[in-house]
Amino acid sequence: MEESRSFGFDTRQVHAGQRPDPNTGARAVPIFQTTSYVFEDPESAAAYFNLQEYGNTYSRIMNPTVAVFEERMANLENGCGAVAFASGIAAQAAALFTLLTPGDHVVSSSALYGGTVNQLKHLLRKMSVELTWVDPDDLDAWKAAVRPNTKAFYGETIGNPGGNVLDIEAVAAIAHAHRAPLLVDNTFATPYLCRPIDWGADIVLHSATKFIGGHGTSIGGIVVDSGQFDWSNGRYPVIADPSPAYHGLQFHETFGTYGYLMKLRAETLRDLGAAMSPFNAFLFLQGLETLSLRMARHVQNAAAIASYLESHDLASNVTYPGLGGSRYRSLVDKYLPRGTGAVFSFDCRGGRAAGQDFIRGVSLWSHLANVGDAKSLIIHPASTTHRQLNDEELRAAGVGPGTIRLSVGIEDPGDLIWDLDQGFARVAASAAAGVTSR
Amino acid sequence: MTPAFDLRRYQDPLTIQRVIHTAKTVAVVGLSSNPLRASYFVGFYLERHGYRVIPVNPRETEILGLRCYPRLADVPGHVDIVNVFRAPDALPGIAEEAVAIRAGTLWCQFTVINEQGARIAEAGGLTVVMDRCIKVEHARYVGRMHWLGFNTQRITSIRGGLQ
Repeated sequence: MEESRSFGFDTRQVHAGQRPDPNTGARAVPIFQTTSYVFEDPESAAAYFNLQEYGNTYSRIMNPTVAVFEERMANLENGCGAVAFASGIAAQAAALFTLLTPGDHVVSSSALYGGTVNQLKHLLRKMSVELTWVDPDDLDAWKAAVRPNTKAFYGETIGNPGGNVLDIEAVAAIAHAHRAPLLVDNTFATPYLCRPIDWGADIVLHSATKFIGGHGTSIGGIVVDSGQFDWSNGRYPVIADPSPAYHGLQFHETFGTYGYLMKLRAETLRDLGAAMSPFNAFLFLQGLETLSLRMARHVQNAAAIASYLESHDLASNVTYPGLGGSRYRSLVDKYLPRGTGAVFSFDCRGGRAAGQDFIRGVSLWSHLANVGDAKSLIIHPASTTHRQLNDEELRAAGVGPGTIRLSVGIEDPGDLIWDLDQGFARVAASAAAGVTSR
Repeated sequence: MTPAFDLRRYQDPLTIQRVIHTAKTVAVVGLSSNPLRASYFVGFYLERHGYRVIPVNPRETEILGLRCYPRLADVPGHVDIVNVFRAPDALPGIAEEAVAIRAGTLWCQFTVINEQGARIAEAGGLTVVMDRCIKVEHARYVGRMHWLGFNTQRITSIRGGLQ
């Protein structure tokens, strides 16, 4: 018998989802590197495939190592469950694919990761789903964008890379007034800094590739469901009605709270196939064990570097929402009291050429297209991650021609600032010479 | 449809574990013969996990290959759990029947919420569990709910038995 206790976050990030292996007693999470599972007998096999019993059938659909990661993330986000995917983008596609049908409409924040902008813009159009971009800071814009066929609202807790902080509770209220779910990408905050479900979000998405894994080793994503949304409200026959892909099963009626996740796993993951590998799940679990420790250091370093940049002559428009003068101050106090993440941008004086000079000047920060590594990372979005966006979309995403995006790692902050000084010295030298290196 | 009374009184984890671990016989009131209904999933699951399942439904004679009884009063022998899949309004009457047959626990599934029904059963000496699914709770503490990434809320370093 287990007493009921509300365990702390730091305990749950180490333990949730795993109990010592009953067969071997292994304390670490075993890596179940197997495609498939031997059935006890024909009746058991039938029960698993009919979803009448929780059973393992095939690792494209479920895997015991991946399941530990799923449960741990669901636990940390205060959700009812989760389904992991091969990437954050796959998780997002699957989350939307499960609840949308052709002719539906989505309202989304325009201040998003460039990969998500591409996905929403092009993939939804291919699915004949309409899309309206809104300025996430403008609640009236969210309301004004609603149409009778609006079936989902989408935003990021902390926008990439503009640092917009989403008013989750207010946008969730707008979505719920229209009997639609709010999906929130919580990648930049992680559940340590913010838990969107606590503020009314219905579905939380992560690129686990970032701070969850935390060491830049593995690509992965996850969908966490609050279990609170009423999919039987008449607007989501795709989930509530008998499923032709599952012999007439009505996922929401039969599984209730767990209906959306069952459909996400048993149909969408089964049919799209972007499953997380057990080895990646193992690495993400290793990452989660130190999430709170790393995030505390990430935000401490990020705050130090943001204030250094804010006072530097060659830097402007530092988008770190944790700065004292940030226009998101009240939202930060409400949603992100432990810190505002470690990814933000600034504009290097001198525009595109200066931005590129700055990157040439640094030697400790790694020039690459990722965020959320223990190592500090740097990139020029206009020529890389946001390259497919036109000027208008760039502006909407908060990206200028000289914008530099930083992902602050957990190194010695003095060393990181020393290296940024090298970058600015390079910019100043080029400006003084009146030439720009090519 | 927020209930006016505190449901947590009927959702205590220790009580739920005790009921699941000690019960042998479960009468499922409102068990459907339709294999796609939630009640059928639950009845099938409970039988598979070794409980003696007794269907109670006046419109059927046999469900899951088991003899079906019209009312609780018709069920022979002791019933440990009366598991209810009926509309909340039907609960007071079912609670009275459960008291009359001296059942051990009145277990009301998700959304089967009725304060009067709970009070009748409690006054009659029954344990009450309400707005909880018996399949989910069994799978949480005994079964394999964690295999599909659901949040069991369990934290333990005790090595479990083979399942």
